[in-house]
Amino acid sequence: MTQDNNTLVDVQNLSKLFPIGQGVFKQAESFVHAVSGVNLKIKRGESVGLVGESGCGKTTTGKLLTRLIDPSEGNIFLDTDEGRVDIAHMRGKEMKIFRRRVQMIFQDPYESMNPRLTIYDTVAEPLNVQGIGTVAEREARVSDLLETVGLTPASSFLFRYPHELSGGQRQRVAIARALVINPDFVVADEPTSMLDVSVRTGVMHLMQDLADRFGVTYLYITHDLAVARYMCDRIAVMYLGKIVEIGNTEDVLQHPKHPYTKALLSAVPVPDPTYTREPILIKGGISRPVDPEPRCRFYDRCPLADKICEGNDHPPLEDQGGGHLAACYHI
Amino acid sequence: MSTISSPVDATYIPLWRVRLRLFWRAVKTNWAMFAENPIGLFGLGLIIFFGLFALAHPILISTVWEAKIYDPVNGFDIEIPYHPSPPSAKHLLGTDPMGRDVLSQLMFSTRYEFALGMISAIVTVLIATSIGAIAAYYGGITDILLMRIVDLVIMIPYLPILIVMSALMRVGMIELALFIGILSGFGGTAIVIKSQALTVKVKPYIEAARISGGGDFHIIFTHMVPNLLPIALLYMMFVVTGAIFSEAVLSFFGLTEIDMSWGLMINTTQVFGYIMRFDAWYLLLPASLAITLLCAAFYMVGRALDEVVNPRLRER
Repeated sequence: MTQDNNTLVDVQNLSKLFPIGQGVFKQAESFVHAVSGVNLKIKRGESVGLVGESGCGKTTTGKLLTRLIDPSEGNIFLDTDEGRVDIAHMRGKEMKIFRRRVQMIFQDPYESMNPRLTIYDTVAEPLNVQGIGTVAEREARVSDLLETVGLTPASSFLFRYPHELSGGQRQRVAIARALVINPDFVVADEPTSMLDVSVRTGVMHLMQDLADRFGVTYLYITHDLAVARYMCDRIAVMYLGKIVEIGNTEDVLQHPKHPYTKALLSAVPVPDPTYTREPILIKGGISRPVDPEPRCRFYDRCPLADKICEGNDHPPLEDQGGGHLAACYHI
Repeated sequence: MSTISSPVDATYIPLWRVRLRLFWRAVKTNWAMFAENPIGLFGLGLIIFFGLFALAHPILISTVWEAKIYDPVNGFDIEIPYHPSPPSAKHLLGTDPMGRDVLSQLMFSTRYEFALGMISAIVTVLIATSIGAIAAYYGGITDILLMRIVDLVIMIPYLPILIVMSALMRVGMIELALFIGILSGFGGTAIVIKSQALTVKVKPYIEAARISGGGDFHIIFTHMVPNLLPIALLYMMFVVTGAIFSEAVLSFFGLTEIDMSWGLMINTTQVFGYIMRFDAWYLLLPASLAITLLCAAFYMVGRALDEVVNPRLRER
């Protein structure tokens, strides 16, 4: 892909290694390669889905993008008013300013709010910490946003505590909180997976609606392909810290290239008892990527694995046409 | 958005009044839980009784009691030939071997016991909460260093150290309260608070606060400490008990420079050789009973608070 002005987030060769058995006086013996060499471009206004099974590094990628944890390697470029800035190595005051541009929505609406703070305090916290506006302005902004996310009338929610709200209402509060300082980029870490199915679509619809209204770019982290299909323009499939396939949602879901994506799709239940589908068998379960061998990460479980895969490093992401990239030697 | 309640609305209530109302509501619900427990109510009743007892002394001195006779430290009743004298209409709890009114001494000492207990408890809990929260939040080498200090404090036999301290320097009420607060074991409290802080630290709202740009100070003081305060308050109650008891021990040994205290009253009894004389019960019993009751009262309130703070103990 060429460098164009429309790119908001440009992740280059991002890696995170977690040491194992490290102590104060002890060197780490081995490392978990939670995220290794991830490249990802996200255009302004686009929603990108990051899918994969548990433990594949989706959440770590999200935390790296919001700088909750420091990357071991690589760069994250964010397009701002002052041009492209690398947020991977930011510190101090610069970092605090950066916090205004990137926000996160958490998975569990029951744990992502301090039980001792009122809804107002929770939603106004970013404004408070960043020192934006006077108290009256903050209050107006918070009640405005609460109405926007569908908690009406705002005055009846402002001074309640989180435990007085339902799960869906709490997630709406979490969305309001993420959007209160007008961020450009929001990482949503499975925002609907803890919700009842009945309120799930409501929250997803709200998020899309807000994306259009405020021009927010989302990175959706999810393991639910149906959610990803509903919400995202593009999908990136992750396996053991690597992106194995990325492309437009319909391309990836209708014509999967990578054997892992095919297996993932075959695991989605179809609500039709007469439908038969060729099962794609993959062996074993996901393992911890502790000091992985320098070969395809999917080698151990792949039905297509052969000598080429064993002898070579992890395959690069190659364009299969129309911006659909896959990392496999057998395509 | 035209329907929202903006600050210019007629129904607009200022923020501080809303907060006050919320605080009042929290107090009421917690009180309802506390009041279910008869032990806690009994303890609170005792504390209030002692509080009134302490307040009554200056009033009595300035109105009914003649200062010359009833002064707790220098008073002397010349109308009674032999001291100590048993309870009479003039001296409800009798007089001590030096001719001073026992009831007046008892009431006068109460305020110091309260002050001592409160100061040392606040000092202990302040140290314990800071150490617990900081050790849990930063982890790593900070955690190791702070926790080893805590282990040291747990090991220190603080009563002998207090005895040495009082031999080396003038130990008044304030100094004693600070010593007890610092030495008498923020250790156990710090460990309990740290374990609680560790469970708070990994909550997503801490991460959410960091993503909003909150620094370490902001996170520790607006997110962690409020969630630790209930436990801190609980341990405060138990520390008060320990402090009052320690003061009594030191005063009994005559090692403190305090004008009058319950421990000192027992010390006087012992010095004049009345400690094993059951006919002079009015010298020993009031002070001992007061120490026991006040300690028990704080302990009972602590137990009742434990049930409010710790939902697992609630019978529901």
